[in-house]
Amino acid sequence: MAKTVVLERKPLSLSERTYLPQIATGLKTTFSNMFKKNVTLQYPEERPVIPQNYRGVPTLVKDPNNREKCVSCQLCEFVCPPKAIRITPGEVPEGEADREHVEKAPKEFEINMLRCIYCGYCQEVCPEEAIFLQQEYSSSGYSREEMINNKEKLYELGGVVPDKHYKWDKKKKAEQEGNSH
Amino acid sequence: MELWNSLELWQIVAIKVIFALMMIGAVMTMAGYSVLAERKVSAWMQGRVGPNRTVLPFIEHIPVIGPFLKGLGVFQPLADGLKFLFKEEIVPGHVNKLYYYLAPIIALVPALTTMTVLPFGEFFTEAGDRIPLMLADLEVGILFILAVSSLGVYGIVLAGWSSNSKYPFLGGIRSSAQMISYELAMGLSLLPIFLWVSKPGIDVAALSLVEIVHSQDQSMWLVFVQPLSALIFMIALFAETNRLPFDMPESETDLVGGFHTEYGSFKFGIFFVAEYAHIVIGSAIFTTIFLGGWHFLPWMADPWPSTWIGSILGVVWFLTKTIGLIFFFIWVRWTLPRFRYDQVMSLGWTKLLPLALANLLFYVILVTWLDQPAS
Repeated sequence: MAKTVVLERKPLSLSERTYLPQIATGLKTTFSNMFKKNVTLQYPEERPVIPQNYRGVPTLVKDPNNREKCVSCQLCEFVCPPKAIRITPGEVPEGEADREHVEKAPKEFEINMLRCIYCGYCQEVCPEEAIFLQQEYSSSGYSREEMINNKEKLYELGGVVPDKHYKWDKKKKAEQEGNSH
Repeated sequence: MELWNSLELWQIVAIKVIFALMMIGAVMTMAGYSVLAERKVSAWMQGRVGPNRTVLPFIEHIPVIGPFLKGLGVFQPLADGLKFLFKEEIVPGHVNKLYYYLAPIIALVPALTTMTVLPFGEFFTEAGDRIPLMLADLEVGILFILAVSSLGVYGIVLAGWSSNSKYPFLGGIRSSAQMISYELAMGLSLLPIFLWVSKPGIDVAALSLVEIVHSQDQSMWLVFVQPLSALIFMIALFAETNRLPFDMPESETDLVGGFHTEYGSFKFGIFFVAEYAHIVIGSAIFTTIFLGGWHFLPWMADPWPSTWIGSILGVVWFLTKTIGLIFFFIWVRWTLPRFRYDQVMSLGWTKLLPLALANLLFYVILVTWLDQPAS
């Protein structure tokens, strides 16, 4: 148990009772503060430094071969606590020989930024590493509709991120060597 | 004075009116820029930047100077004033309309009235006479100032009562109690000054502010002769102008803004300007009485020639001292916390008043001893 020590207060001296030396000290402090560097960030011109693992606006990303990574498994939609994500599953568009009829792709992918709480569960749950909370932190709009990010917007925000796995490249290689699946 | 005698009455009146308007302009401008100074200085003391966005469109494009003025926020008072003008005029239903409208005016008028007897420089005639620059050279200048400046409190009390709501009411009560407890010490702290300045053998003791300034020419400033009087006067001045260690009527943290809680738009603006006009005038009075007015430095003759250049430099020097004091007011505001209401009362009645009395007694004895004719 912590021992309580009662500090003895010395009676104030005459100069202390006039307050004046203390006031002088205070004035000195505030005066010296005037010449210190100020801490204000002039926001629209100056931007804060965003740390690496910052949880900003959720975005969809493509792999370096510019392929859609999302397979519309809808796990993020199910895990999303405020139900901000809505996915309409669809097919991979015609013309991609590898992926066509193999995997699905989102036909529409909407994240309602008025509902999103930036928890990052979607990023955590995504088996394809297709959704990331990136460094964008300021989203604004004039109407509620404007605040719903659609697929196009999400890919625009997300861009391309380096891929560790190159799933489709591996698959192709395996196929060429004759041991697919 | 021959100058005046050669003029018609209407000419004198016209000239006086022009001078008065100029002086109102000067004081109001200084009050407006004191607001800016307050915002800037507080920002610097708190590690912030302060207002630095407002700029007039054509000045923005001047290289170097434009951004510099913008950074200093020089145009901010304009924007503030316009904002007050264009805000919606809201009058709460529960107020007493007449006094509610009267209060801001009563708060501003004394501040602008005291400046009439305030000397701020001197003019040298060709004959070598020194004519003080002031609107009215009253023999009882300081009495006039003490009498009128304490009227400013009526504006606050009226605002508090007419608002008919609890916080303004408390602000009004505090204001009147505070005024009573400081006015005495303020008056008593000035008496030793006049004892000191008045020469022995003169029938009428000079209460004129010009005489006080002249007495500090090439001799000690009165702040060094009577530091205690200066201190008491300074403290009382802070209380009189409702500045921070004693801003009882306002105390925005416990009274939601005190007497001006129910005020908005331009009526609030007038209260705001009145507060700063009080500070400007108060600083000018302190400069006049204790800091040698327009005289250069203690024990030194004015370095400027006795021509119109000299009078301009004198006025500039006077303004420099005044602005320094305004800075001091702001500086103290952003340093000290507010006193508690009862602490203010006890400081006023049990500390300052006895101190001022003792100070007066000491100087009465001292001056009597000094003025004894050598027998």
